[in-house]
Amino acid sequence: MDIATIQAYAYFFFTAFLVVVLYAYIYHLYSSQWKGKRDYEKYGNIALHDEIDDQPVEQISKNDDKKVGGKNE
Amino acid sequence: MDNRPLEYDYTIAKMFMLTTVLLGIVGMLVGVILAWQLAFPGVNLMLGEGLAEYTNFSRLRPLHTDAVIFGFTLSGIWATWYYVGQRVLKVSMAESKFLMFLGKLHFALYLLVVVAVVGSLLMGITTSKEYAEFEWPIDIAVVVVWVIWGMSIFGLIGIRREKSLYISIWYYIATFLGIAMLYLFNNMAIPTYFASGGIGAWYHSVSMYSGTNDALVQWWYGHNAVAFGFTVPIVAMIYYFLPKESGQAVYSYKLSLLAFWGLMFVYLWAGGHHLLFSTVPDWMQTMGSVFSVVLILPSWGSAINMLLTMKGEWQQVAASPLIKFMILASTFYMFSTLEGPIQAIKSVNALAHFTDWIVGHVHDGVLGWVAFMIMAALFHMAPRVFKREIYSKSLMNTQFWIQTLGVVLYFTSMWIAGITQGMMWRAHDEFGNLAYSFIDTVTVLHPYYTIRAVGGTLYLIGMFLFAYNMYKTMTSARRVDESELQTASPMGA
Repeated sequence: MDIATIQAYAYFFFTAFLVVVLYAYIYHLYSSQWKGKRDYEKYGNIALHDEIDDQPVEQISKNDDKKVGGKNE
Repeated sequence: MDNRPLEYDYTIAKMFMLTTVLLGIVGMLVGVILAWQLAFPGVNLMLGEGLAEYTNFSRLRPLHTDAVIFGFTLSGIWATWYYVGQRVLKVSMAESKFLMFLGKLHFALYLLVVVAVVGSLLMGITTSKEYAEFEWPIDIAVVVVWVIWGMSIFGLIGIRREKSLYISIWYYIATFLGIAMLYLFNNMAIPTYFASGGIGAWYHSVSMYSGTNDALVQWWYGHNAVAFGFTVPIVAMIYYFLPKESGQAVYSYKLSLLAFWGLMFVYLWAGGHHLLFSTVPDWMQTMGSVFSVVLILPSWGSAINMLLTMKGEWQQVAASPLIKFMILASTFYMFSTLEGPIQAIKSVNALAHFTDWIVGHVHDGVLGWVAFMIMAALFHMAPRVFKREIYSKSLMNTQFWIQTLGVVLYFTSMWIAGITQGMMWRAHDEFGNLAYSFIDTVTVLHPYYTIRAVGGTLYLIGMFLFAYNMYKTMTSARRVDESELQTASPMGA
C-alpha cells in the first residue's frame, strides 16, 4: 500500500471514530439522566442561585468543607 | 476576623472594569483614525510631518489590534472572571488573603505590560508577527501575568463551596490553557543580541520558525487567538450573564457541554484556512477548510442555546436594553461563525482572501459579538459592584442603536468593498491580461472606505456613551438594596 492509500484509510476510520465518540457522548449525557445517575440540567441553577449564602446546587462533601475558607480566618 | 457577614469581594473586578473601558476607548479611537486614514490618506499626517512616524497607518495598526485584543477584551475577560468566578464557585476573594494579593499583583503587572506594549509599538519595535508583535522581554512579562491568572483560577476553584464547575468556568479554564499553549509556541524566538555576542538591540529577536513553518505556527496561533480570546471567554460570559439577567436557567445544560467539547476539539484544526493557496501542504489547507465548516455546529450549539434560553421571555428583549445587547451579541456570534466558514471554503476564499471582506468579518465578530457582550457584562456587574442602579436606561438604548447602526455600516461596506476588490483583481481579458490595475480598485473602493469610517465613528461615539453611563453609575446613580439585584438589573430612566 502506498502512503496516499494509508492516509485515505486512516482519514476514513479516524472520522468514523470521531463520529462514534460524539454520539457516544450525547448518549452518555442523556442516559445518565434517564438512569438517575446525574441530572445535568440542575447545574443551570448554579448561575441563578449564586449568592454567597445560597445553598450550593451540589455541596462539596463535609470533609472537603473544612478546608473551605479556613486558611486565612 | 470581624463578624460582618461574608460578601463577595469585587476589588479586582472593579480594577479590570476600569481598564476595559479605558483601553476599549483607546483601541477603538485608534481604529477610527486608521479607518479615516484609509479613506483620506492625508490623515496620516494629522499631527504634521515631524510626527508622521507616530501617526502613520503602519505604526498605529498593531496598536489598534493589540489594544482591542489584549487591552479591551482581555480586561473584560478578567473583570468578568473576578466577578463570575467567585459567584458560581460560591467563594469570596475576601476568604483568601493570598488570592487577593495575587489578584492585585495580576492587575499591577498587567498595567506595566500595557505601558510597555503601548510604548514599544509607538516606537516601532515589533516582531512583525500579526497579533504577536511584542518583543521577547514583554513576552516573558505576559507569561508571568498569565501564570498569576492561572494560579488565581485554580486557587479559587480549590477553595470553592459549589462542587460542580458551572459551564462558564470550563470556558474560562479553556481560555487560560488555550492561550498559554498558543502564546508560548508562537512566540518562541532567539534574542539576537545575546545569540550573536552583542550585535544589534538587546530587545530584538528572530522567530525560531522560518518560511512555511513560521506561517503555519503563526496562523495556528492567530486563528486560535480568535478562538480562545474572542470566542471561548465571551461564551463563558454569555452563559452566565444572560441566564442571570433574564432569570432563566440555560435552556439545555447538556447542549452547553456538548458544544464546549465540540468547540475545543474542532477549533484548533481550523487555522490552516488562513493559508489557502499558499506553500502549505494541500492536505493541511483542505483540513483547515473542512474543520472550519464543521465549526459551525459547536458555535451554533452555544448560540442557539442562548436564544432558546429566552424561550417564553422574549418580551424582555423589548423591555431591557441589557438583554438587547446580549441577544444581538449572540445573533452576531451566529452570523460571524457562519460567515467565517463560508470564507474558508476554497472557492470562496479564492475571491475573498486579502480583501476587505475579511476585515468586515473580523469586525462584525468583534464589534457585534465580543464588544457587545463585554459591555453587557459590565452593565450587569455595575449595579452589583457599585451598589447603585445603572445611571440611564435611555442612554443605554441610544448607545445600542448608534452602535448597531455603526456595525451594520461597517460590515456591509466591507462586504461590497471586499467582493468588488476580489472581482476586480481576478478580472482579465481573453488573452489573460489583467483588466484592472491596483489603483483602479482603490478609486472604486473609496466611498465604501468612507462609509466604514463613519460606521466606526458611530461605534466609538457609543463607547463614549458607555463610558459616561458607567462613570455616572459608579459615582452618582441611585443607591440600591441587595433585594433589587436578584435578577434584572435596576436602571434609572
